[in-house]
Amino acid sequence: MKKLIQEFRDGLIITKRNVMRYIRLPQLIVFSSIQPIMFLTLFNFVFGGALGASSGGDYINYLLPGIMVQTILFGALQTGIGLSRDLNAGIIDRFRSLPMSRSAVLTGRTTADLVRNTTTSLILLATGFAYGFRFQNGALDAALMIVMIVAFGYAFSWVAAFVGLAVKDEETAQLAGFLFIFPLTFASATFVPTQTMPDWLQKFANNQPVTFAVTAARHFALGTPSNGAEWKLLAWIVGLLVVFVPLSIFIYKRRV
Amino acid sequence: MKYAFELKNVKKHYGKVKALDGVTLKAEEGKIFGMLGPNGAGKSTIVKVLSTLIEPTAGVAKVNGIDVAKDSTEVRNTIGLAGQFAAVDEFLTGRENIQMVGQLYGLKRKVAKERAQEILEKLSLTDAADRQVKTYSGGMRRRLDLGASLVGKPKILFLDEPTTGLDPRTRKELWDIIRGLANEGTSILLTTQYLEEADELADKIAVIDYGKLIAEGTSAQLKKKLGGDMVEFELKNKADFEKALVAVDKFCNQNRQINEAELTIKIPVKNSAEDLLTVTKMIDDYGIKPSNISLHKPTLDDVFLALTGKKAQSKEQKKPKRGKRK
Repeated sequence: MKKLIQEFRDGLIITKRNVMRYIRLPQLIVFSSIQPIMFLTLFNFVFGGALGASSGGDYINYLLPGIMVQTILFGALQTGIGLSRDLNAGIIDRFRSLPMSRSAVLTGRTTADLVRNTTTSLILLATGFAYGFRFQNGALDAALMIVMIVAFGYAFSWVAAFVGLAVKDEETAQLAGFLFIFPLTFASATFVPTQTMPDWLQKFANNQPVTFAVTAARHFALGTPSNGAEWKLLAWIVGLLVVFVPLSIFIYKRRV
Repeated sequence: MKYAFELKNVKKHYGKVKALDGVTLKAEEGKIFGMLGPNGAGKSTIVKVLSTLIEPTAGVAKVNGIDVAKDSTEVRNTIGLAGQFAAVDEFLTGRENIQMVGQLYGLKRKVAKERAQEILEKLSLTDAADRQVKTYSGGMRRRLDLGASLVGKPKILFLDEPTTGLDPRTRKELWDIIRGLANEGTSILLTTQYLEEADELADKIAVIDYGKLIAEGTSAQLKKKLGGDMVEFELKNKADFEKALVAVDKFCNQNRQINEAELTIKIPVKNSAEDLLTVTKMIDDYGIKPSNISLHKPTLDDVFLALTGKKAQSKEQKKPKRGKRK
């Protein structure tokens, strides 16, 4: 019990340290919001007209949940980048020489990134509203959508944490992250329905977590059928956490 | 007798690279123990083993009598670590940095605040205490880093090249602080690339190269091996150079450093002033007019040359990727 309290307390101290960085470097939040806003704007106004017909109606309503999921995934990459930066700056060596909890550096980092990712999501949502996005299913479902997307991002943060600690280098961490996030977001229902993709790609696109996340998000936002995507997503979130939390802590503790 | 730290045949291998190849050392409590060696010699690896950051491949390492492999948490409670890469947070203020470390030691917020104030005063950082660290100079960062390592009132302090890259004045300031800490009874392990620094601070010095201990002793003992200061002659031409070699041969034929390309001859002297006159006169007797004569303190290179017959070589490039982080 005492150990648990220490872990929680240390995790909170580290979270505060990381959030401070975001507060004192507001450009970071601004610029990490500009990119998804740019995506939203370009897709909405460039492809919106052409794609509107195939997605059945208002493209912005279709697009926003997708862009939110994509943004949260790219945001989650920052967890790995931040950790390898701390690793190379030597501050992780300091933490590891202190009699503090062994998991706090990671829980503190992922929690701070959860805070940042939530902020970015809300900014993006506000922009979507300005472009005409409207929730169709009431406040509770709207809240569920946000919670679900953010939780997915949190689970992905732990994947990124593992990658960041494993590659030990900021640029590699970024590249490695992009490598799996690009195909995951584009070969999915994020921007267009999967029906027009070739068979082999559809098989992948219909059964991967980003499609589940996007489908579930649309289900909550617009009331479209989900075919159980929200439960599949929940399973993915739990699965990712069960695998990558202990794995990341293990690789952090490993003293080589 | 209880030692501040002890290494018994400690090895650390990364694949085929032997970062540490069987090091045995003992350091008395309450003293400054200097560890001298070039980049990549294994100094940082020793510090990492002792501060529980890495586990040795073989051998036993103890800090304050506690085995680092068996009870790393207990070891962490009694040590402080400050490194060459000032490991402080750029975006926090100096005060916030120290307070954070205090809280991570388990201090209550109020106690951590008081402790931070104490340390900032001790290291003359009160004026800059509430500024973000990114505005600090290199010297201030090092002081803050050192401050962060003092929060837990450690019995032993590991300082990994604390002055590398600092200007001479800032280095001297840091020396005073380190000396002060030792006078208060803290045991200190200091690694350095500068003979002058080890000479100035350390009660005992270990010289490390290629992951091995190559010499150990007080500064006086090491210098005795070396033979004191060095006189350097710079000659005008090849003919003078040859003649000068013959001239100084009578004075000294050991531990000389001869550089034919640059036409320089360096010889160790025991009684600097007196010997300088003697050897200069010998050169003069041969009718040689050197273009330059200088007297200087032995460098790390001189020590290595005397101890190993080789130049101290930086092995940074040859080290595995992991070696990037000290």
